Amino acid sequence: MAELSVLIGGKAGDGVKLGSNIIARLFNRLGYNVFVYEDYPSLVRGGHNFAVVRASDKHVSANSSVVDVLIALNQETVEKHAQNIKDEGLVIFDSDVVKTDMISGVGRIGVPLSKIARDNGLPLIVRNIISFGVLAKLLGVDFSVVEDSIRAAVSKKVEENINVARIGFDTIETKKKIPKLDNALKPLITGNEAVALGAVKAGLKAYVAYPMTPASSILHVLAKFQDDFGIAAIHPENEIAVATMAEGLSFAGVRSMVGTSGGGFALMSESLSFAGMAELPVVFVLSQRPGPATGVPTYTAQADLFFSLFTGQGEFPRIVLAPGDADQAFFLSGFALNLAWKFQVPVILLIDKHLSESTFSASFDENEVKVAEAVLWDKQGEFKRYSFSDDGVSPIAFPGDAEAVVKASSYEHDESGITVENPKAIVEMVSKRLKKRDSIVSFVDDGEVETVRTFGKADSDVVLVAWGSTVGVVKEVGELLGLKVVQPLFLEPFPLRKIKQAIGDAKRIICVEVNATGQLASLLQNNGIKVNNVLLKFDGRPFFIDELKSKVEGLVR
Amino acid sequence: MNINDLNTGVENTWCPGCGNFGLLTAFKQAVVELVDEGFKLKDFVMVSGIGCHAKIVDYVKLNSFYSLHGRTLSPATGIKLANPDLKVVAFAGDGDALGEGIAHTIFAAKRNSDITLVLHDNRIYGLTTGQFTPTSPKGFKGRSTPQGSVEEPLNAVELMLASGATFVARGFTGNILQLKELFKQAIKHNGFSFVDVLQPCFTFYNTLAVYQKDCYDLLDKNHDVTDFDDAMRFAREWNYEDGKKIPTGIFYDVEKPSFEEQELKGKNLKDEKVASVSDFLKSRM
Repeated sequence: MAELSVLIGGKAGDGVKLGSNIIARLFNRLGYNVFVYEDYPSLVRGGHNFAVVRASDKHVSANSSVVDVLIALNQETVEKHAQNIKDEGLVIFDSDVVKTDMISGVGRIGVPLSKIARDNGLPLIVRNIISFGVLAKLLGVDFSVVEDSIRAAVSKKVEENINVARIGFDTIETKKKIPKLDNALKPLITGNEAVALGAVKAGLKAYVAYPMTPASSILHVLAKFQDDFGIAAIHPENEIAVATMAEGLSFAGVRSMVGTSGGGFALMSESLSFAGMAELPVVFVLSQRPGPATGVPTYTAQADLFFSLFTGQGEFPRIVLAPGDADQAFFLSGFALNLAWKFQVPVILLIDKHLSESTFSASFDENEVKVAEAVLWDKQGEFKRYSFSDDGVSPIAFPGDAEAVVKASSYEHDESGITVENPKAIVEMVSKRLKKRDSIVSFVDDGEVETVRTFGKADSDVVLVAWGSTVGVVKEVGELLGLKVVQPLFLEPFPLRKIKQAIGDAKRIICVEVNATGQLASLLQNNGIKVNNVLLKFDGRPFFIDELKSKVEGLVR
Repeated sequence: MNINDLNTGVENTWCPGCGNFGLLTAFKQAVVELVDEGFKLKDFVMVSGIGCHAKIVDYVKLNSFYSLHGRTLSPATGIKLANPDLKVVAFAGDGDALGEGIAHTIFAAKRNSDITLVLHDNRIYGLTTGQFTPTSPKGFKGRSTPQGSVEEPLNAVELMLASGATFVARGFTGNILQLKELFKQAIKHNGFSFVDVLQPCFTFYNTLAVYQKDCYDLLDKNHDVTDFDDAMRFAREWNYEDGKKIPTGIFYDVEKPSFEEQELKGKNLKDEKVASVSDFLKSRM
């Protein structure tokens, strides 16, 4: 297996993120799949930032805690990560400011990065580019690939950046030539970008959001490209305005989506319930981070599964989807929007920081997602917004239609949308809405829709079950240890039939989750599936491959 | 068309003497006249919050969005963004627009969203049976303030002027003719329009006699409606004190580009084709 990992670290403001992006583009050009893990505290300057760029000949969406090459732009990077360098690995460091005497067993490559920057009249932030040149030469990469990677990633001072990369490149000799693979370039996109693109392909016309890490970059990318994508990106006063504005857009016939993290989603609880009652199709993207309350804003967690399933007063159908990587995020984001309109229900796309902000080699085709039209009113007779039907879905019309008076309501209502309080009318309308849940269940779990994905060894007695971004690492560990891996893509309606089918007659079920209580494990148990072990992590970091592998081995060996 | 064409036939459950009746008549008459002037009935959308006022959407045969308590203006902006041809009128109580949802009220004015806010300002929570609201006078004895409220009231007209509303008016449900005219002008106004409607709550706070005695029309003052400072001066003339004159009519009326015009730049979201994302994907290689 061709495989290499590079960790680049420094303080906030050192250009770690751009550095990792250029390294990822270099590996892309060498025919590798990449996965980039970003780790940064909640601040703008200072602190310790790092990113791990993993290149592999396979599609990967996880990383190990050990790396082949460490690039240290400050001393803290050496102190924190020296023990993560593989035997015979390399450390590239700024010899003007970083000391590595205490490290043994690895190749130490000191380059006066600060001096080179100063001698060329450039700010110290270019140390990321100089060290990139050093890395490329160490790995025996042609300078033309270095230059091309920089041109693709940088838009300002391009020639200056290429010049200093060349100086870095020329300071050393190749140590460890990396083979070039014969693969085409792939787009390197984050989970949040995939969510944005999938929604656009499913006909998204308005994205409404209040900034909240780790969901904010969906707003940023859709705001930046709103004219290219033919959409509006709106940032209102708070999350309650966000959700209700999206509901107004949807009522008037425009496909809308909102995005937030747990705190903002809490504020949207009542609006979510309103979407259920008034049958307003809206997609809510919930990108989890560790809570409760403000929690740990820039780190990851999967602790809002129950929150997404149960928040909102009253009883109403909803759909909850949980993609695990960028390809799944693209497809399920589009599917979420189409399902919202098909069934006129709120749909929650449940992701987390590790998916939102990690970068993946995407292999989806943009035409995998197409707009699926909602059931429209046929203009026969008098329009009733909540007309009864066999599947509970009322054909829809929008204000501005000359033949329809469209009345939506948060009160219990009759078919026309007029407030009702009599017992029979209440029962009829509650039942009508719940009938949609039956329709959703028969569409997704009984039908052809892929609600569960399996990986690894089909006849394994041990099954690892995981959801969301944790699937990346679990899949890889499952493959390494010869175990089966089961991933529910749908969490509501819970795809019980297909999960049971996927588990088959396995004897041991191990649930792996990034939370402290094992929420998916509880959900499985509540549905009558016995979970034998639960592996949990809740320190804000995802599971790493080596770490999870030894934990699973501890259980099954 | 006839005003009765707008009836839904739903039983009206407002208390006899409720100020909402006058407001309802004035609004329906305004719609009838606007349709006569060329507006299209199909383009009207009423948005309401929750409270006695909000029942109005059940009583008028127009598109409507019966929202959550406090959340009238954010969906109203969403509806307008989705289809700029629509004439969106939000109806909100004083508890709705100035209590639960005050952030949305301020921001709708700040962004000059091309929608109308009709404030059913009865200065009492009616449907929850008699608590003080943001516009109840200091010392008001309601069921949540039996010893008298210790808070000063909020001057809604002043607040809307300060927040950036480009059309600010006040009417009174005892003067339906004036109220109807204010509604028409507010709906025609391009940008955020606000009409403070003083109305008695016959059951919990009957202010009818005071308004009948103290209201006067700004038309009698030769007030320049484009003069912000003058508008503020009139706004501050009355802050719910007894025995003071109450200005009604138009305080302020100026033209500025609306939120939707500036956001959409001529785009109509419903007509936009699904875009290709291949250029974006290439840029990430």
